[in-house]
Parts: sequence; C-alpha cells; structure tokens
Amino acid sequence: MSRPGFVLEVDGRTPPLVVHEGEGFRLETFPRGTRVVYPPESLPGIRDVDGAIHRALLEPVGSDPLPTLLRPGMRLTIAFDDISLPLPPMVKPDIRQRIIEQVLTMAAEAGVDDVEIISANALHRRLTASELKEIVGERVFRSFFPQGALYNHDAEDKDNLLHVGQTDRGEDVEINRRAAESDLLVYVNVNLVAMDGGHKSVPIGLASYKSLRHHHNSHTMVHSRSFMDHTKSAMHHSAWRMGRMLADHVKIFTIETTLNNDVFPSQFAFLQKREWEWGVKDQASMLAARRGLALAPKGLTHNIFQGMRAPYGLTGVNAGETEAVHELTVAKVHEQQLVEVQGQSDVLVLGVPYLGPYNVNSVMNPILATCMGLGYYFNSYRGQPVVRKGGAVILYHPVEPDFNQLHHPSYVDFYEEVLTSSTDPAVIEAKFEEQYATDPWYIHLYRTSHAYHGVHPFYMWYWAAHAMDHVGDVIWVGANRKAVERMGFRAASSLQDALEMASSTVGRSPSITYLRNPPHLIADVR
Amino acid sequence: MLALEMFRSIPRYAAAKAVGGRVPGLLVGPMAPVRLVTRDEPVVRRAGWAQVRPLLSGICGSDLGAVTGSTSLYFSALVSMPFVPGHEIVGELVEDCDDLPRGTRVVIDPVLACAARGVEPCEPCRTGRTNLCNHVTVGHVSPGLQTGFCRDTGGGWGERLTVHRSQLHPVPDGLSDERAVLVEPLACAVQLARRAQVPAGGSVLVSGAGAVGLFAVLALRHLTDAGRITVIAKHGRQEQLARAFGASDVAAPNEAMRAVRRTTRALRVAPEGLPGPASRLSGATEMLLGGVDVGIDAVGSTSSLDTVLRSTKAGGRVVLSGMPSAADLSPAWFRELEVAGTYASTGDAFDVAIQLAQEAPLDDVVGGRYPLHRWREALDHAQSAGRLGTVKVCFDVRSRA
Ligand SMILES: [Zn+2]
Ligand SMILES: [Zn+2]
Repeated sequence: MSRPGFVLEVDGRTPPLVVHEGEGFRLETFPRGTRVVYPPESLPGIRDVDGAIHRALLEPVGSDPLPTLLRPGMRLTIAFDDISLPLPPMVKPDIRQRIIEQVLTMAAEAGVDDVEIISANALHRRLTASELKEIVGERVFRSFFPQGALYNHDAEDKDNLLHVGQTDRGEDVEINRRAAESDLLVYVNVNLVAMDGGHKSVPIGLASYKSLRHHHNSHTMVHSRSFMDHTKSAMHHSAWRMGRMLADHVKIFTIETTLNNDVFPSQFAFLQKREWEWGVKDQASMLAARRGLALAPKGLTHNIFQGMRAPYGLTGVNAGETEAVHELTVAKVHEQQLVEVQGQSDVLVLGVPYLGPYNVNSVMNPILATCMGLGYYFNSYRGQPVVRKGGAVILYHPVEPDFNQLHHPSYVDFYEEVLTSSTDPAVIEAKFEEQYATDPWYIHLYRTSHAYHGVHPFYMWYWAAHAMDHVGDVIWVGANRKAVERMGFRAASSLQDALEMASSTVGRSPSITYLRNPPHLIADVR
Repeated sequence: MLALEMFRSIPRYAAAKAVGGRVPGLLVGPMAPVRLVTRDEPVVRRAGWAQVRPLLSGICGSDLGAVTGSTSLYFSALVSMPFVPGHEIVGELVEDCDDLPRGTRVVIDPVLACAARGVEPCEPCRTGRTNLCNHVTVGHVSPGLQTGFCRDTGGGWGERLTVHRSQLHPVPDGLSDERAVLVEPLACAVQLARRAQVPAGGSVLVSGAGAVGLFAVLALRHLTDAGRITVIAKHGRQEQLARAFGASDVAAPNEAMRAVRRTTRALRVAPEGLPGPASRLSGATEMLLGGVDVGIDAVGSTSSLDTVLRSTKAGGRVVLSGMPSAADLSPAWFRELEVAGTYASTGDAFDVAIQLAQEAPLDDVVGGRYPLHRWREALDHAQSAGRLGTVKVCFDVRSRA
C-alpha cells in the first residue's frame, strides 16, 4: 500500500540523507531541526494497461467515443509528447506506443487511411529516428516513418504553419498546419508533473516562436505562481486562452496519462526508499553504487545514468475533451505528488539530479541545471513557495560548463555572450532574445540537425526568473565556481559553508527545508 | 659605442628557424644570431643626416621574427648585415639637423626612402607613399628597407644611430618617453586603419591582441566608423586592454569563429557535420558563410590568417598586418576577398600617431625596460609578452645598470 508524503524533522537519530547531484549523489548530514519533505510513495499501477486505454477511448469525458469520430476519407493527426517526458524515460513499451497502437487500430477499423503522427516538440530538438522509435514502438515506426508520416514538428517551416488567429488579448495562435487542418487531432500525453497537459499540449507543443513568445517570456514567468498550478500561472492562462480558441477551430481529442513515482530501476531502488528504512540489501546496493560511480570513468557514468529506464506504473488514463480530461489528470497527479507542508522556511535545499527535460541522451549544462533547480524544483509548490521571500536556496550539482554542441549550440553562445553581459531575465530578453530567436544559423540547426531552437536557453533562464525574483541568495554546493558566478550565483564546498555564506541573508539559525526529490513531489505550503 | 648586432650566420639562422618561437629560452641562448658588441658610431657624411641618441627603443614583432628566423627569406636582399636592430625609437638629436636644433626630442619614421638615400624620387615617393619606395637598396646608404635593418645607419638597439631629416618628427614637450616610443607602431596602426577601408558601421575582426592588434583597435576606433570590432585575444590582460581601446567583443582563439558567427549572424559550416570517415579528414576546419566586413591578421601566424580568411564575408577585405605565414587561400578565391597588405606608414600618419600617443589610454603599455646588456632577458620577455601581460618591451638605452 502507498503512504502519503512525509515530513521529517532531523534529530540525533536521523541518518545521513541522499542528495542528488548530477551524475551521482551524496549522503548529507543535515543540521538538527531541518525539515525533510519526502515524496509520497508510489500509488499502485493499473494492472491491465491496455484494457484501461481501451476503456478510456470508448468512454471519454466530454466527448463522443473515439470510434464514432473516425470515418473514411478523413484527415487524422496524432500528436504526442516528445522525449522531454517522462523523466527518466520509461521501460518499454512506452505508454504512448500502447495508446497510439490502439488509436491506429480503431482508425484502421473505421477505414481512415490519411494518418500522420507528429512529435509535439515545439522548439525542442528534433528527435532522432531511434528516439522516435523508442516512443512509438517498432511497428508504428516501421509503418509510418519511412513514408514520412511520422515526423518531428518544425516550428520554423513557414509553409507548414497556420496562423489560426489571435486571442482576445492579441496573442497569435500559430500551430502546425497539418494538425490545424485535420478533421481530428488526437493528442497523446504523458503527465509527469502538474505543469504539463491540458491546453499546454496543443497550443504549445505544436506552436511556432511567434505564438510561444506570448507566454514564454520573463514577465509571464515571474507571474506564474506556480507553474504546477495552472489556475495561478500566467503562462497557463495564456495557453488556456489559445487552447479554447483552437478548440473552436479544430476537433481535439485529448488523451492524458499519469504515472506513479517508480522512477528508479531495481539496482537503484534504495534511492526510492527513506534512508532510515534502508535494510541490509539497500545499504549494500548503495555502497555498490557509490563505489561503482567513484571508480567509473566519466563517460561510463554518463552512459549508465542516461541509459536508466524507469519502471513506472500507470495510475490513470483519461480521454476526451481537453479541460475535462485535464481536471482528472491533475487530481491524479496531486494524489501522487502533493505533500502538505506547514509554513515557509528561510532556506530551501534541493539536489539537482542528472536529468531534466532538455538533456535526455545529452548533457546537463549550467543553464539547464539552473532551470532544473530554480525553474522546476523551486516551482514544485502549491499555495506559496517553500522558501520565504528573501530567503536562500541551496542547490547541489557540479555545474560543469560542459555543453553538448549538437543539442545545445545556442546555449554555448548564451553562456559566453549573454550571461557575461547580464543575468537579469528582463534585461537579456530585451537585449538578446530576438537576435537569438531569429538567428539563421540556429534556425538551420534546429530544422536540420538535432539542436534546440536558438531562443531555448532564454526560456530556460526565464523559468528561473520567479525564483531569482523571490529569493535573496542562491548558493550551489560542490559546483564549478566560475560557472556559478557567471550565472550570478555563489558556490560553496559544503552545506556548512553554504549556510555560513547565507547567514547574512537568513541569519545564524535559519529554518531549513530539504525537498528530497526525485521522485517528484509538490509541496502544498499552507 | 655599445650595440646589439645581428650578424649573418647561416647555421644560427637555420637553428633559430628550426627552434622557431617555441622555446623562448633557447631562442636567445647561445644560438641566437645576435651579439652585444662595441662598435664605431654610425655616420653618414651627407647633407640632412645627423646623429641621434636613443632613449627608449621598442622590440617589434618583426625584430623577434628576424631573431627567431621566422622572417621570410624574401627580405634577405633588403637588409645589409651586420646591422643594429631597432626601429621604434624615441631619442634626442646630438647635433643640429637642418632646422632641428641639437637636443630636440624626436621619434623616427624608419623607412629609408628616396629622400634619405639621396636619389631621384621613385614613383611611390613622388606620390607621397614613401613606405612603398622602390629604391631601398641603392643610394647613399647600404641596402635596408628601414633603419634597424641597414648596416650604415645603426638602429635603436645601440647607443647612437644616424638619421635623415626626412625621417624625423619632433616630440611635443608634454609627451613622455614611454608614450613617444609607441609613436612608430601607432603610425603603422594608423596606416592599417586606413588600408582597412572599413565601411560605415562595418564589422571588423582583429585577430591578435599584441601591440599590433591592440593599436589597430585603437586606430580603427579613432579613424573609422567601424561598428562592432571583435578581437581575438589569448590572455586576460589583452582582453582588458582590447576593451579599453574600443573592442566590442573579445574572444579566445578557439572561440573566434563562434564569436564572429554570433555577432554577424553568419552561417557556419563545420566539417564535423560530414558523415563517416570524411569527418576525420585532417586540416578540415570550420568556415563561415557571411562574416565580418573586414578581417585583420595582426599575428602573422598560419592559424590567425586562416581564421581571418575563413571568417570574412564574401566580397570583404582581409588586411595583412603581421608578417604573414602561409595559409589556405581558398576563401580568397571562393569569397572574392580583397587581400590588402599594410606596411609601415605614410603621409601624415606620424602626426596622427603623435596625437593618439597623447590622448589614448596608453599608461602602463610599456611593461618592461631593460639595459642593452640584459638583451637575452629582454627578448625573452618580448617573446612571451602576451602571456606575461605586457604589451611592449623596450630597451632603455641610457641605462647601464
Ligand atoms: Zn615594427
Ligand atoms: Zn622611393
């Protein structure tokens, strides 16, 4: 049976706790009185996954059953969440494969033969053929990819974008032309965190820069509190306006799935448990893992981590009208991830692990590490941030200035040029964003290689804007000092040093909260 | 008088060439084709010539080139051995020279053109382009394109030299010796800025942040309407100075192509994109389609010139400032580049340079001063100047200590 989230206060009997830091983890001894917030244990997974999918398609919410929406001669487009979800990638078969296979079966039975399948990667990098195959599975890949009917969305392909119109706030809605002109658009989602899904799927996943810039900007990001709560997020408000407008224009059938917290494969299962409950076997695997990581060359460690596949259980699958579906989705995500936390603290401690949405099969560079810590984890709250206004955030990550040249070319320039000029999201947005967004070289690499769009590092920086605006001090433990300082933060060699450095901001005996993720949790701060 | 002398020694020349600039200690060691000697004061018994006592004499990249044997053999017919090097000179007249009285502080335009040689002006000299003189091997003095490369005139690395009135520019009273010694290289930079023909608002790449590159930035900012000037610098102090002199961006050598691509929004073509074994082709380096309007090689190395040629836009202009090494000229052909040389200075460049020497932020640019007898240290220092944070190393010819 699952147990709810758990808040522990560190005392004399508390063992050292696991803190993730890039491609590794450490055991940290926290000061007495530190509040540790553990994610809830995993909800049970659905046993008959295919049956659940089948039922969802036949008994949708706010919509007719899928088979009744299918007819011969129609244009059917299936779009799906790209490789940025889930984290880590799941063991085969991917839930998206199982859903797409069933949708295709129903389409075939209805005599639909004009079908295209699109990775909704927005301004993310194009997936490689093998990455596409890992998501949709061998059979779907073989039937669609060679004919060009399974492909990545291209947000810079002017001919294949459609400007659908503007919202009542003057926001341009421009999305993939094939999707917009289909008789039916089926969207297949994996909902790992409450931020995803809903009207974030189509209006963002299939959009162009022209459309995205209305909500992906520093102002909107600062005013999204939090990203995990679409009713309080300015970014989501904008996406919702766009989504409602799109729903009038194209018939959208949304399928959303929720996963439980089983993110670590068996050899790392101890990371899933609470430290004081570790048995002999857990201790042994922990020691083995640490010894292995310490001895392994950097490249091998990287491969071990990037090769990790999570044995998630499916906790829900819902289909039908977008908003009705999303309500069920959010409820399920909250059931899995919400932990009640009483009041804010002076200091928030976070371990930043090896993987974020934008470095799958890649490298977590300093900008992505910042986005992960100050963008995603800081924003994993409902109500109010875990750390008080003006408090300090202490993060763990090596923050080496390593970049993947293939995936993140504009990040290198962002790091070299933009961050040396300013770290203020609003300033860099005004001064540099357009130049990077329209740079023909980045556009070329985005379209033909496997590069994130030129503007993407700006978005990552904006994600962190709310945190930078809210807290008084950001200190990285065990990080490359130069890289951290370039980003406007400070580096410390240990937690004690970090607390010492933060004392001018939060005093000598601050209240401390450690959010012990992954797996994901949302702190419901009362 | 005491002087440093460069003498002809084929074995030493070959040894220096073999060792190249790679081993500073060795280069000025026993094998250097330079020696400290006592020799007669140079005299040219002709009208218009007078003796000068150098105060400070700079060490120029071309001097180091001669010492290290990296200078092209092209120049061997244009010098007369043995000679006393040194052409960046501030000194004082030890006798009257036409209208200039004894004691006048002067800087020297080193080019030994028709006027100094007492021959009928050649075509370039008649049109005022004395730096392009065709007569540098004939007339009253031995062959030698400049003071500092001519057997008869002496040079700045000795206690006396002799100079023709046409080479002399009086130094204003307020200008310190440390700034005045920079006038000759500044005049070359003025010439460079003019030869660059930068269009209004045009982008410029200056490869190299030694004295030549830094002064080029200074001159470009003062004399042209250049827009963004990107400088390639290896060392921290060079970066600071480049910015102080007017650079918009400074990039490390391995970042150069990326920086130019970014500032000019060019497309980059990188061989790493080639499939399979082709990607391993040696020597294949990246290039830009698009790039700067004007690229300036202020180093004279193969890699610097390659970088400049590969990052100057089609129809753009490449200026060779340092003595150039061999490079792949394909971009010059494919991109229809104009390749322009710039050598010494001409016209009013010295007047402009004196002006610059007075106004520009040049304090601390002279970072090392050595008496002649410590020449090994001096040349060693000059060879590693960039790394050591020094722009210009000088001989303090007055000093015997
Ligand atoms: Zn010179
Ligand atoms: Zn002449």
